[in-house]
Parts: sequence; structure tokens; C-alpha cells
Amino acid sequence: MTPVSSKKTPFTFDSIEPESGLKAALGKSRADIIAEISASNLRGRGGAGFPTGTKWNLAAAAKVPPGGRKFVVCNADEGEPGTFKDRVILTEYADLVFEGMTIAGLAIGAADGILYLRGEYLYLRPHLEGVLARRRAANLLGKNVAGRDGFDFDIRIQMGSGAYVCGEETALIESLEGNRGEPRNRPPFPVDTGFDGQPTVVNNVETLAWVACILARSGQWFKSAGTAKSAGFKLFSVSGDCTAPGVYEFPLGVTVQELLDKVGGSGAKAVQIGGASGHCIPASEFSRRIAFEDIATGGSIIVFGPGRDMLTVAKNFMEFFVEESCGQCTPCRAGNARLLEGIEMLERGECSMAYLRELLGLCETMQVASKCGLGQSSPNAFMSILKHFRDEIMGRTAVAH
Amino acid sequence: MLVGQQQRLSDEIRGLVERYGRQRNALIPILQELHAAHASISDFAMQVVADELGIHPSEVYGVVTFYQFLRRESQGRFVFRLCRTISCDLAGKARVARQLENDLGIGFGQTSADGRFSLEWASCLGMCDQGPALLVNEKVYTRVTPEQVHQIIEECKATFGAHARQVAHA
Ligand SMILES: Cc1cc2nc3c(=O)[nH]c(=O)nc-3n(C[C@H](O)[C@H](O)[C@H](O)COP(=O)(O)O)c2cc1C
Ligand code: SF4
Ligand code: FES
Repeated sequence: MTPVSSKKTPFTFDSIEPESGLKAALGKSRADIIAEISASNLRGRGGAGFPTGTKWNLAAAAKVPPGGRKFVVCNADEGEPGTFKDRVILTEYADLVFEGMTIAGLAIGAADGILYLRGEYLYLRPHLEGVLARRRAANLLGKNVAGRDGFDFDIRIQMGSGAYVCGEETALIESLEGNRGEPRNRPPFPVDTGFDGQPTVVNNVETLAWVACILARSGQWFKSAGTAKSAGFKLFSVSGDCTAPGVYEFPLGVTVQELLDKVGGSGAKAVQIGGASGHCIPASEFSRRIAFEDIATGGSIIVFGPGRDMLTVAKNFMEFFVEESCGQCTPCRAGNARLLEGIEMLERGECSMAYLRELLGLCETMQVASKCGLGQSSPNAFMSILKHFRDEIMGRTAVAH
Repeated sequence: MLVGQQQRLSDEIRGLVERYGRQRNALIPILQELHAAHASISDFAMQVVADELGIHPSEVYGVVTFYQFLRRESQGRFVFRLCRTISCDLAGKARVARQLENDLGIGFGQTSADGRFSLEWASCLGMCDQGPALLVNEKVYTRVTPEQVHQIIEECKATFGAHARQVAHA
């Protein structure tokens, strides 16, 4: 009934000397800090996989309007179904995240950091405020951080209020500004026009923790793990039908099968990679790699055992999107509701092949015409389940084809 | 609402504005504090907040109605939020849901007549490896079984008065 630690493997984080990343950064020029991050090939751990060095370069180069200032935002909204690694990082490695934010502030020239913490994690706040207070007392935050003249940086926490879409970076910024969490059109990107119209770097919790590690060791060190296009290590949140669910660290490029063997999910029928917005992979494809060049993910791995009904799985994901769509654009607002109705028809065995084709056409429209990543990716799970488990699903159709 | 109550609420809001400031980005933290103290945000409260921040009340209304955790209608002192997302579904959330309905005597989306309990569905709570997961106010319960539901409710009743937030309906 009481939560236990989800950590299942040692993390590379354990081997990093506290504050050694920040110390190394303080000894470098801004350009050299960013060059180190670029050299590591670190790509965002929040799902989209944007190169972190490139993002920081853009924010560092962005012009600040007179009287303006830059911001560093840590995205701790962690709402993708099946994802809980950021909770573990914030619980067990909060210093590393704040260290990474401080390094980001130094690199882009920001004095303000904001941690946007999902409302569901309110119970973490006292712990995090305690860590921040300790860092202020140790002059790791505040004026002239760690004795560096002229480098002021502090971090405040702002809570979310229960909205998955606020994990999308422009919706997150809307929420920080006191508005409904409705995604904006991009461009402009937050690196130019972010919080309060100022240049803003938004990074995932895990990305910022790796930033501190990379400065502590080196870009070269980070890059030596993983694949050519997907450097370094990644934390995976594993749940579902396996004997040892929890958070695991693997180098990127690990195959689905290797991962399943490690978590006690070897006999699985399918694995959902990337959460509700991700893709469902059948057993025949378990030799594929989890990496940006093959199956990309923010780290959510959900295992389905042999007995699971995949249409029920698709339905659960679609219910999630109907609930969480912000309703701002039609393809997503109306499309997800339509798809859910379609799934219910399939469940009852009342969906004709012709209508199913129409639904698939709708999926494609949503992927291209939705305003943000939520609507663009919400059909993925349904489409991949339909592709790989059509036998199981069409078996219920009353209409012959 | 009595004039005295309105006065107290206005004073409270002015105190929050003092703390968070009058700029637009103070709006959500102010609403979060109000909601935590009163278990709802009344039309009167929205009006006062709007006046203090110099924005139209419909702006405040738009924000309150957008977020799951901000409500106009009054919620119970203990809000039970059961995760209905996939991993908790696989872990057996349906039976926990049924038992919650039985033991609380209310359905999902409802508040008990005595104002003590609300029951709601939640999206993934980030405890997927330890489902079914249940959030009761700020506290998270994991691997919840139908048998434990009664005990969790009893725990709430026992802490009521001692730790429960003081709710004065605004
Ligand atoms: C609907 C939606 C939800 C998202 N939720 C999160 C989230 O909870 N955490 C996160 O870090 N990124 C989330 N993202 C991605 C962010 O928009 C953004 O790409 C990310 O925070 C950038 O950080 P990174 O480059 O370090 O990964 C989400 C995107 C979408 C479209
Ligand atoms: S795609 Fe969905 S979540 Fe994104 S802006 Fe459109 S309605 Fe909102
Ligand atoms: S699916 Fe229930 S906590 Fe994530």
C-alpha cells in the first residue's frame, strides 16, 4: 500500500561525484559548456529527442528584449502513461537535476529556473523544496553561485493542476503564464519566445540529470555508450505483465527482447513503447532496437502477456486521449471521440471493413492536421494494434469482408 | 454567502495576491491555494481574484474549468482519485473501483452527502509499476487491493479533524 523504490538497476548517476558537473562548468566559457553538450550528442529524454546542444545554442544566441531575461524550465509534468522515471529521479537524484538546471542557466545566460511539477506529484514538493533550501544555503543557488562573480541563479517550483497536455512545452509555458494549458503554434519556438515572451530552454528532468553527468565526465564519455545516432544511457519505466517492473537503465540501442529478458517479461505477446502516444510492437519484432533511429521513446515500456486482449488495450489508450485532449483543434477533439466510438463498434462486432478503412483515413488526417503532438500521435497505438492484431480484432466483426 | 464570510474570503485573496503578486502568472498558484483551502473555487472567489489581478472574470473561469484539479463545484474533504490508465487496468483497477464505490457509497464523479468524500478517475499517476494506484488528496497508495479499500477509508476518517485541511465552503 505504501510506495517502494522503483529503481531496479544501478544508475550511472550513482557514480557521479556530487556537484562535479557544476564545478567543471564554472571553469568553462559558456560556449565551451554548450560545445561539451553538443559533443555528447545528448538528445532530449522527454520523448521528442531534440539535440540538447542545438537547443541551448539557439537559446544562448537569442536576443533578449530590453529589460527581459532568459529562463530555464525543467519539465516535470511526466504524464505519458507508463512513465515514472522522472518521479524516481526527483525522489532519489534531485540534486543532479538542479545541478543540470544551474548549468543550463550558466550556459544560456539565465538567472531564473522553474521546475514545473505535475499536480499528482505534490507529495514530492516538500522534499524538493528542502533540497533547494539546502542548495541555497550552500551557495549552489542564489547570488554569485559557487563563488562565480556575476552568476546569479535560483529555482522555484510551480505546480501543475492535472492536465496531461501541459507536458507539451508550449502548453506548459501557457500554464506557467496563468492561462489554460492550450498548446501554441510553433514556430516561434520557446528558445525565442518562451515564458513571458522571453528566450526559454525547456528540458526534461532526465535530460538535465544527464547534463550534469556529461559535464562531470565528458561528452566523449557519454557518447561511448549507445549507438551512433542515439548516444548514451536512458532510463526506462517498465510496467505491465512482467515479474520485475520498475525503472531500468540501458544504453540506447537495446533490443526489445534484451529488455524483456531483464525485466522478466520474456513470454510477452506485445510491448507498447512510448506510452499511449507510442507504438505497439508484436513479438515478431522484438529484435528491433529502442533508439531514435528505430523505435524512439521517452522511456515508457508496457508489457502485454499472452492472454491480453489488444482491442481493450487500444480502447484504454483512446479513452485517455478523449479525456486529455485540450479540445482546441477539431482533428484531435472530434477525431479521438470518433476513434473511440469505432473501437466500441469493433468490440461489439459491428464495424464493417469499409468503416474501418474510414477510421484509418481519419487517423492519417489527425496525424497531419492536429495542432500539437497529442493529436498527431494519439492514433499511433490504435493503428499499430490494428496492423499487428487484426485477426484478433476482426474476428469480432459481424460483417463479412 | 454571508457578508462576513465574503469579507474573510476577500481578505484571504488579498493576502494571496500580496504573496504571489498581481501579474497574470500569479493566477494559477493563487487558485491552487484557494482550492486547497476551500475544496472549490466559488464564483465570488473568481470575481475577487479577477478584480485583484485586473483581468476579466471569464479569464479566471476559463482557467478554473480547464484544469482537473481546480473545481467550481465543491469537493469532499478527501478526494479519492483512482488511476484508470493501462498499467493499473492490467493490475486490476476494476475491482478496486467497485469496492471504492461500495465502501464510499458513491459513484465516480460524486461527492458523499456529508461532504467528506469525493470519488474520481485519474489519468496515469506515475506509479505504474505498483498499480493499482490511488491518490487520496496528496497521498499516494500503491498495489491497492479491494480488501484494503476499507482500511484506507478508515485512515481518512481517523485523520479527519487532525490532519484534514480545514474546509470553509467559499
Ligand atoms: C502531449 C505531450 C505531452 C508531453 N509531455 C511531456 C512530459 O510530461 N515531460 C517531458 O519532458 N516532455 C513532454 N513532452 C515533450 C515536450 O514538449 C518537450 O519536447 C520536452 O519537454 C523537451 O525536453 P527534452 O528535449 O529534454 O526532452 C510532451 C509532448 C507532448 C506533445
Ligand atoms: S492536438 Fe489535441 S491537445 Fe493538441 S492542440 Fe489540438 S486539441 Fe489540443
Ligand atoms: S497507469 Fe496507473 S499509475 Fe500509471
